[in-house]
Amino acid sequence: MWDMSYAIEIFPKLLSALRITIAATFVGFALASVLGLVWAVARRSEIKVISRTVGLLVDFIRTTPLLAQLYFIFYVFPQFGLTLNAFASGVLGLGLHYSTYLSEVYRSGIDGIPKGQWEAARALNFSTVRTWAKIILPQAVPPILPVMGGYLIGMFKQTPLLSAITVVELLQTAQIIGSDTFRYLEPITMVGFLFLVLSYTSSLGVDWLDSKVNKHLS
Amino acid sequence: MTEPETKESKAPASDTDGDNESAIVKYRSLDKSFGDLEVIKSLDLDVGRGEIVGLIGPSGSGKTTILRLLMTLEEPTSGTIEVDGEYLWHEEKEGKLVKASEKHLRKVRSKIGMIFQHFNLFPHMKILENVTAAPRYVQGLSKEEARKKGKELLEKVGLGDKFTDYPSQLSGGQQQRVAIARALVMKPKVMLFDEVTAALDPELVGEVLEVIEELAEETEMTMLIVSHEMGFIKDVADRVLFLCDGNIVEEGPPEYIFERPDHPRTQQFLERFINL
Repeated sequence: MWDMSYAIEIFPKLLSALRITIAATFVGFALASVLGLVWAVARRSEIKVISRTVGLLVDFIRTTPLLAQLYFIFYVFPQFGLTLNAFASGVLGLGLHYSTYLSEVYRSGIDGIPKGQWEAARALNFSTVRTWAKIILPQAVPPILPVMGGYLIGMFKQTPLLSAITVVELLQTAQIIGSDTFRYLEPITMVGFLFLVLSYTSSLGVDWLDSKVNKHLS
Repeated sequence: MTEPETKESKAPASDTDGDNESAIVKYRSLDKSFGDLEVIKSLDLDVGRGEIVGLIGPSGSGKTTILRLLMTLEEPTSGTIEVDGEYLWHEEKEGKLVKASEKHLRKVRSKIGMIFQHFNLFPHMKILENVTAAPRYVQGLSKEEARKKGKELLEKVGLGDKFTDYPSQLSGGQQQRVAIARALVMKPKVMLFDEVTAALDPELVGEVLEVIEELAEETEMTMLIVSHEMGFIKDVADRVLFLCDGNIVEEGPPEYIFERPDHPRTQQFLERFINL
């Protein structure tokens, strides 16, 4: 059944495809982390036009399928003048889609900050930017790191969708290898195993970060 | 029976008919409503430089709101507040009063400091960092300068050995003293105290009141104190305001308010407190 020599033979190809998966996830997650915070702050704006528009946009992206958004970015954006290659489209799609989830996570962290913190910052005459940077975010982000880590792992598992817009990532590579040789058992099993390694390593990383950052808040 | 010592009155009369130049804070026709609820009704109040004003009254009377309006934590529904000769919530443009810009608001706000009932220390910063944060990030002081000033003030309030602790490691009384140091380091001209001992265990109240009393005696800082600690108010205040339903019902020197109040509501309110 299991052909170990075949498995070893195809492993390097899988590893190089793994690099694409990891790259797409990390860049996508970085984008999602930054955008998510932008949305979260914008939704708290006192300028109703900003908070409402962003709210609608975020809800729309969050509740429509990621695959549909990927198609739109890859096939439709060029008609409006924005042509991105497959990888960039994939990263933009992942980043944008997940930014909407992360914006809710940030919101929960920010809402958890007692009103007194905002008032103390104002009493000391902190500017809005400094209040966010020095008082609010340092308190809001550490408790939500585990949840954000969960979304990182989720994003890894969504990367196979990128194959629909011609990004040859890990799972697609396994499928190609399998269809060449008609032996699917080894490639797909190994891909499953690699995803397991990715998820587990990520969760270890998140735990470590969480313990470092939360140690003084009992 | 000895005559109670009357403090030299720094209090300008609140019902001013002209402009009182010695007043550092002036509330004029101030209204504040939260939706339908009118909390402050047409308030006129002058506070003299260096004056210590005690505000007493039942909850809901608006005394905390009066402080919060001055600290810009609430916006007036109508009326004006002047601080040290400048409007707080307004700016004068071409002879007209317009709503103040953020820049102007921050400029005038820098003269006011506030201590809160629940301390509101920054839990993610050590004690010394709590005190140096504003000097560094608001006033632009260097880390060393800010630390030097911070340490001095923390020592002054009796917490010289707690620089590297976190707020969660301190008692309520200690935390409140840190809060006082944190506000003082910004050198405000007016300091607001909003029921600062109400959340403390009784045995910790004294250490905080001591610090406030020292401040009152040693500095020229103007202070507005909202409190239920009547004994303390009687000792420290130059003038006491009794508030009820958003109005100043009665005001005067502490000996007068606490011992011979005229108004029945004042008498009614004070009855509940063990004799002072």
